[in-house]
Amino acid sequence: MAPATSPTGSDHTGSRRRPFWTMERRDALAGYLFIAPQLIGITIFVLIPLCLVFWFSLHEWNVLAARFTYTGAANYKALLSDPGLGEVFGATAIFSLGLVVLNMSLALLLAVLLSQKLTGITVFRTLFFSPVVVSLVAWTIVWSFLLQKNGGLNAILQVFGLEGSNWLRDPTTAMISVIVVQVFKNVGLNMILFLAALQGVPKELYEAARVDGVSPFKQFRRITVPLISPTILLTSIITIVGSLQVFAQIAVLTQGGPGMSTTVLVYYLYQQAFQFHRFGYGSTLSIVLFVIVAVLTFVQWQMRKRIVFYER
Amino acid sequence: MTIARLRTTVAIAALALPLAAGMARAEDKIDLRMTIWSANDAHLAMFKDIADGYAKLHPNVSVTFDSLPFDNYTTTLTTQIAGGNPPDLAWILEGTAADFVTSGALAPLNEAFTNTEGYDLDDVSEQATALWTQDGELYAYPFSTSPFAVFVNSDLVAAAGAKSPAELIKSGEWTWENAVDVSAKVAKAGHAGLIVRDFNYQIWQNLATIWRGWGATAWSADGKTCAFTEPAMVDAMSFIHKAIFEQKAMPGPGENVDFFAGDAAMTITQISRASLLPKGDGAFKWDLVPLPKGPAGDYAVVGQAGIGVFQNSAHPDAAIDFLAYMSNPENSKKLAQFFPPARKSLLNTETLSSTNPRLSPEQIENVVIKGIANGKVLPGHTNFAQIQQTVRAQLDSLWRPDADVAAVMQSVCDRVGPML
Repeated sequence: MAPATSPTGSDHTGSRRRPFWTMERRDALAGYLFIAPQLIGITIFVLIPLCLVFWFSLHEWNVLAARFTYTGAANYKALLSDPGLGEVFGATAIFSLGLVVLNMSLALLLAVLLSQKLTGITVFRTLFFSPVVVSLVAWTIVWSFLLQKNGGLNAILQVFGLEGSNWLRDPTTAMISVIVVQVFKNVGLNMILFLAALQGVPKELYEAARVDGVSPFKQFRRITVPLISPTILLTSIITIVGSLQVFAQIAVLTQGGPGMSTTVLVYYLYQQAFQFHRFGYGSTLSIVLFVIVAVLTFVQWQMRKRIVFYER
Repeated sequence: MTIARLRTTVAIAALALPLAAGMARAEDKIDLRMTIWSANDAHLAMFKDIADGYAKLHPNVSVTFDSLPFDNYTTTLTTQIAGGNPPDLAWILEGTAADFVTSGALAPLNEAFTNTEGYDLDDVSEQATALWTQDGELYAYPFSTSPFAVFVNSDLVAAAGAKSPAELIKSGEWTWENAVDVSAKVAKAGHAGLIVRDFNYQIWQNLATIWRGWGATAWSADGKTCAFTEPAMVDAMSFIHKAIFEQKAMPGPGENVDFFAGDAAMTITQISRASLLPKGDGAFKWDLVPLPKGPAGDYAVVGQAGIGVFQNSAHPDAAIDFLAYMSNPENSKKLAQFFPPARKSLLNTETLSSTNPRLSPEQIENVVIKGIANGKVLPGHTNFAQIQQTVRAQLDSLWRPDADVAAVMQSVCDRVGPML
């Protein structure tokens, strides 16, 4: 190719202009094009709504009266004087803690049991996973019938001479019921993740441990748990975030009752915004929920060095 | 101009003129949307019939009826309003009437109704419009004023060896004490006793159909003072609590029983539910009687629903005009076959018998006409949704066998008092 010259005829061979579409730029463009749909989706469906929710949280928005008044931090100050918020945080913490502990331990137990090589084991794996693909609302409605005082669960207990509780009407059993219904619905997902992780643990490690006379429990603690720690971190983040966003189960089973015993944060913000027409205050609660989820996820991510074996 | 050019001009004009006319018609075309909570085919057919009648007079106007689920009706409606997609007209429940009427969301109706030929606004009962009126201006038309009454499964009552409500009415003994006794006998015989329909230990305002017999109210007449701690309310709630947990005359919390499936002695509900009475194989002998007498004497309770036009509808004038047509004397008569009317001229046995063939003239006179004439509407208040939930949450602790009724009533007032 002939050397580039300027219109004035001066020689530019020393600083030869590079073509704009270099290999790097072309690669970068291809990369951006590949991630563009996702970026556009996140911008439209996550970032813009998030900014709008924050904007709404600085206003009093009464839909019926078409009143949208800037109130600054008034909604955030109202959080401090809300008489119901303490109970709501309590119910949310109990629900999340109960769900995470029960879900993770049951999922791990099932995964260990179902990782055995037995005839027909895939049938059991399918059975335990099947609730994950069932419609959440349909699943919860069926459970709402089963948990009625004169429902299916108490009828079964009666066969064994036991008197069942009024599951959804007692504050303690209502919370337990909601947790258990949610655990049964989603435990299959964590179970499958654990199962995949378990199958990735090298068998020779167990053989070596057996030769050394290590007990099965110690094998589980010293070999299995450390080697599946990345999956434990992943499932714990997914489960905690999911537990903070529970809504349909509460709406169908208890509507937040009895009293406020199962009114978790998402259900409370739904009530404030959509039932009580306080969209500004509801938006403020959404921001609070967002901050809680973000902080918990950040803390868990920071703890990965302690939890995950290859991060140490 | 050549012939060819003339032809082209004529052809273009022939094509363009109808197009222009069509565009003009399209500009005039008005599509109205009314949200309702009924998906009943018979109701929808009647509404369509009324809308078709209006379309004959106003060919550019079409009306669609948007059925929303009853459970989340008001929530869905307000979400549509928040999303900038309000309906032109909407059914409104009595509980949320105050919110809608005082918010300024609804268009005033007096002038349009008064100017509509043959409308006769004075024929609409003042008692029926009270809830929907502010400063003398009507903001929604009360298309349904339905009294609460007691449906009785006469077969179950007779099988339990109890006196029938009809006999008790004759002997002047139709009181709450006796109604609960009859229900307890049926419950003892293996069926359920008395059901307050739709209460389900959530919709507590439906208990007003009982506590009004004690002269109790949820709050003072001006709506500013909680009245759950008043002796009349504590007595009424103690009576209900005893009926549920000691006499077992009412199904307890978490027990689902359906009167219309033939499983209970009595149910308190609106007369419009008569359409649920089974025919054929599942049919049973039934009766419809007024609410029993309480310690404070006779009383009646009505449930209401209104139709309002939204101020920020795209076509408020057309929507008001359609509402005036829908609620004129002729169409009110059509509506009366499902929704007890607010027009005094229609409140007679003859009209209501022809539109409610399952009810006897005596039932219409004693329950429907007297109920509408004397009935007070269920409790309502501005910000009712929040008040409703707050009271519900406190009352949950009442629905246990060992509850301290007075203490629970105090907790209700402690919590709800600041909201009034």
